[in-house]
Amino acid sequence: MSGPVDAVKVSSPAELYALAYEIETDAVERYKLLADQMQAHNNSELNRIFLDLARAEGIHAAEIQRMAGERGLDAQRAPIGAWRTESPEAVDLAAAHYLLTPVEALQMALAGEERALAFYTGLAAEATDPAVKKLLKEFVAEETEHVELCHRLIRRYSTGSEHPEDLDPPWAVD
Amino acid sequence: MSATVPLACKPGDYKSDTKPIWCPGCGDYHVLLSITRAFAALNLPPEQLAVVSGIGCSSRIPAYTSCYGFHGVHGRSLAVGAGLKVARPDMTVVVASGDGDGYSIGGNHFMHACRRNVDLTYIVMDNHIYGMTKGQPSPTTEPDFDTALSPGGTGLRPFNPLVIALASGANFIARAFSGHVNETAKIIVEAVHHPGFSFVEILSPCVTYRPDQRAWKDCVRSAPVEPTDDAARAARRLMTDDGFNLGVLYRGDRWPYQPRAAATVTDLAEFEKGFEI
Repeated sequence: MSGPVDAVKVSSPAELYALAYEIETDAVERYKLLADQMQAHNNSELNRIFLDLARAEGIHAAEIQRMAGERGLDAQRAPIGAWRTESPEAVDLAAAHYLLTPVEALQMALAGEERALAFYTGLAAEATDPAVKKLLKEFVAEETEHVELCHRLIRRYSTGSEHPEDLDPPWAVD
Repeated sequence: MSATVPLACKPGDYKSDTKPIWCPGCGDYHVLLSITRAFAALNLPPEQLAVVSGIGCSSRIPAYTSCYGFHGVHGRSLAVGAGLKVARPDMTVVVASGDGDGYSIGGNHFMHACRRNVDLTYIVMDNHIYGMTKGQPSPTTEPDFDTALSPGGTGLRPFNPLVIALASGANFIARAFSGHVNETAKIIVEAVHHPGFSFVEILSPCVTYRPDQRAWKDCVRSAPVEPTDDAARAARRLMTDDGFNLGVLYRGDRWPYQPRAAATVTDLAEFEKGFEI
């Protein structure tokens, strides 16, 4: 992950929707940036993987928006993130490199999904409002699915995941 | 868009259609996220914002924003940014640079921009290397950084940009880490709001020529003290810190530079008298 995550308290469904929406849109933004990086390096396979991940997070964000309603989200949204530091699901862009393999990319995604799962699980354990608790259980189930999906994809790509040889690495002195 | 209309801008509104091109893993991707989030929080229409840069990896930033942008000459971003702000004080000006562009080629402009205290924000993405030109030592490179381009290291004491900024008169000094996207965005917002010359150094790892900088995320920490407006106290702190304390470190109260109103020339002879020796 990029940075530290603060403990967050959620006292209403509206607050939870806003928080969850921020988490998902942050993930979409980061995956799109990673997809662009891979496209710039002619790595179409990883470009596609990151775009798929961005699309999946986008679908989740749209679903949250639908549940909350646009006005509900805007009323709650903080100017910069719903937390003081970083989104728990934030994929660390600094972990990327130009020889990234699909397995490494999916492990980056898995780390984010696992943090999101732990985050929602922690919130669900502490929630006292029944409506918030019910929603959090849905989010925990959703993130559990994402974690399982990442594991399945990692297994699928696990063969042939060595870094390709680069005979002209960027740091070579001409 | 109009400034009088509530905008509720989103970070995506400040991104251009140009895809960013840096090395995968570069800290500058994070800085771009921070800048667009900061601009969204400022809630200014893109046409009221200008991003000015010089030359280098960091200086690609203006092309990736939808604001007015100026990709200037090497080391001269502050001269362009200050000129723009003086000519158009209604604009919010953010100048972006790197440690090579800003502290070496543009080192003199840096000092005098601090001294002049024009109301703008100067963001320096510091990775202690010239990344765009394949890894030559920059003013902030460690003396023992040993590569084929600097065998045995330079042996030179690194430049301390925060101390130089304070001594030269910068009115706001902060350090951020690129990986802390939201914290960095909040510091940029505060820097823009603070009157005068605001200097934000962002530690932004170069993963290609300085892979050791991937460890910076484990070295950085929030500064253990509150920001001060006492320059002497700030100087003691900045001269003794190890370069990894993050946050706003100094908030000065100098009045920003204001250009004198240009006199209206009505009598050319009278005007010429002012130049008589």
